[in-house]
Amino acid sequence: MAKQILRINMSKLEATYEPVPEKWARWGGRGLTSAIVCDEVDPACHPLGPNNKVVIAPGWVSGSPAAPSSGRTSFGGKSPLTGGIKEANSGGLSSQKIAKLGLAAIIIEGMPKDGKWYSVFVNKDGVKFEDAGALAGKGMYEVDTLMWKKYPNKPAVIGIGPVGEMKLSNAGISVNDPENEPGRYAGRGGLGAVLGVRGVKVMVIDDTGGPGVDVANKDLFTEGRKKLTDAIQAHALTKKDGGLWTFGTNVLMNIINEAGGLPTRGFSAGQFEGAAKISGETVAENIEKRGGVGTKHHACHPGCIMQCSSIYTHEDGTAFVSSIEYETSWSLGANCGIDDIEYIAQATRECNDIGLDTIEAGNAIAIAMEGGYLKYGDKAGALKTFDEIRKGTPMGRIFGQGTEATAKAFGVYRIPTVKGQSMPAYEPRAIKGIGVTYATTPMGADHTSGYTIAPEIAGVGGKVDPLTDTDKTGLSLTFQAATAFIDSTGYCLFIAFPILDIPEGWDGMAKTVAGVTGQDVTGEKVIDIGKEILKKERLFNEAAGFTKEDDRLPEFMREELLPPHNVKWTLPDEELDKVYAWVHAG
Amino acid sequence: MKVEVRVFATLRQYLPGLGVGEPKRVDLPEGTTFAELRDLLKLPLAEVKVIMRNGLQAEPEDVIADGDRIAYIPAVAGG
Repeated sequence: MAKQILRINMSKLEATYEPVPEKWARWGGRGLTSAIVCDEVDPACHPLGPNNKVVIAPGWVSGSPAAPSSGRTSFGGKSPLTGGIKEANSGGLSSQKIAKLGLAAIIIEGMPKDGKWYSVFVNKDGVKFEDAGALAGKGMYEVDTLMWKKYPNKPAVIGIGPVGEMKLSNAGISVNDPENEPGRYAGRGGLGAVLGVRGVKVMVIDDTGGPGVDVANKDLFTEGRKKLTDAIQAHALTKKDGGLWTFGTNVLMNIINEAGGLPTRGFSAGQFEGAAKISGETVAENIEKRGGVGTKHHACHPGCIMQCSSIYTHEDGTAFVSSIEYETSWSLGANCGIDDIEYIAQATRECNDIGLDTIEAGNAIAIAMEGGYLKYGDKAGALKTFDEIRKGTPMGRIFGQGTEATAKAFGVYRIPTVKGQSMPAYEPRAIKGIGVTYATTPMGADHTSGYTIAPEIAGVGGKVDPLTDTDKTGLSLTFQAATAFIDSTGYCLFIAFPILDIPEGWDGMAKTVAGVTGQDVTGEKVIDIGKEILKKERLFNEAAGFTKEDDRLPEFMREELLPPHNVKWTLPDEELDKVYAWVHAG
Repeated sequence: MKVEVRVFATLRQYLPGLGVGEPKRVDLPEGTTFAELRDLLKLPLAEVKVIMRNGLQAEPEDVIADGDRIAYIPAVAGG
């Protein structure tokens, strides 16, 4: 059965089902959201105005039988935070349910004339718009609970917290996990504000009775699925009882700290004396000690076999928060000079509830500490900021706008952002390749979009010295292209780790895409396909007004030495400009 | 030679009794390599993916120096 595009017009409160046009037929996930955004969103539009859209797309493979770890969703639009194109990617229940309803993508456009809040319910019978005024102002924990009470069949719940309702640039889009916790986020870049402008407080997706996902070539798909699954299960990082299963992404805290690349106290040092206390090992020990409902391994979406999420508990074993990711523990912890994992758990819960991207939220608090509003290490003061954001006080709105806005309010110079988005948990002065990614990816300072950490720190997919400038531009581009492809598959990006080390797995991934779609996709074509997506995104950004001056790291990183290695950002700007020179070449 | 050794994540099971991030202080003869120390500590070869010396990459055949801060690291990555 041919897939369809579901177009939801919030000006008319109408839903139409359209065939997938030829120009989009090749694409899924990020490739599709970026294709649609490039075709339908004016790059020069105001991101909070009537002409922006939210595009939601499962990946090529999402919803197909037993494809491992394939339930990721891409959300696209023009970012209010960066002013450029954004793809934000999340786990949770949305991807497979949208795919199983036979939908290639959902496009949400327009804005309600009456200025009201709406819930949008999607199932096999169509779309229902309902007044959601009673949900306005509610946090996502309560919204998720109410939606599962109201609707049967444990649907996907996609929503925005109060910060998205306020249309602030650090608003993420929440997706419920299998336990119906709002712990998964299409977090970066403020797409929650774009959904808020559309008047959508929550979208509920029930796939019961839907047509499912067709597989064009079952034998090819099955062959690929087995190869990919074998690779994931063989690799020490992604196998059962392996690194991610046992410690989650926060396995990185002690390692990045050891490497001297853990941004500490507002990117002023690369090592934090409290790293061990907020590390994945400490989280795992506490979960084990406390018993109850806690679990070290947890699937953020059905069918994930890597299970890097966790359910952290209070001391009495009751559920506290899911999940304390590395980025979250870093941004709310080390970057703020805070070494209390219980504070971090509470602050994570606040972000989940209010609807904030944790990376941007922690960076905004750190910038306020840099600016003297709080002292580094002030947990109580930091916790109060979440209250301010929730209530929409003037200070709260500044925090809700993210790191640069907060920096400007306090006259801070040392702002760790690129294209307006704040840097994640890897110091570019100590890990040069990730600095190239931060500078050049169309997404703004973003680590997942070109994760050179794998070879630079972890010895995965090769081994290179993080402290040298040599060959880092080519390395970053290769990772950016491979990631753009994987972001289109619906697979969790973490399959990259085993398939970079195990070639059979890389081949398997490509075969599952070819098997589901019927397209001639092979392992050799992955990078070129990824570059097609990157080119579209770069051209959108150029049309939105970006120049090479936007592909730069902040000045203070060229000037200031980062201890313990006492290093600066040294890569010449002309080298950064080579990363995407091919877009306009020949 | 006196050195500090740390193991992380899935390697911690091989040096029980150490707190998270807590180093083991070891006395070694001159000329000991990282590979030899790894074997001395009974860390399985296949599970040691990365070796760090004072926050810098080290190879198994490199010779340890007095006062080194050493880390043995398994396969890690994430977000």
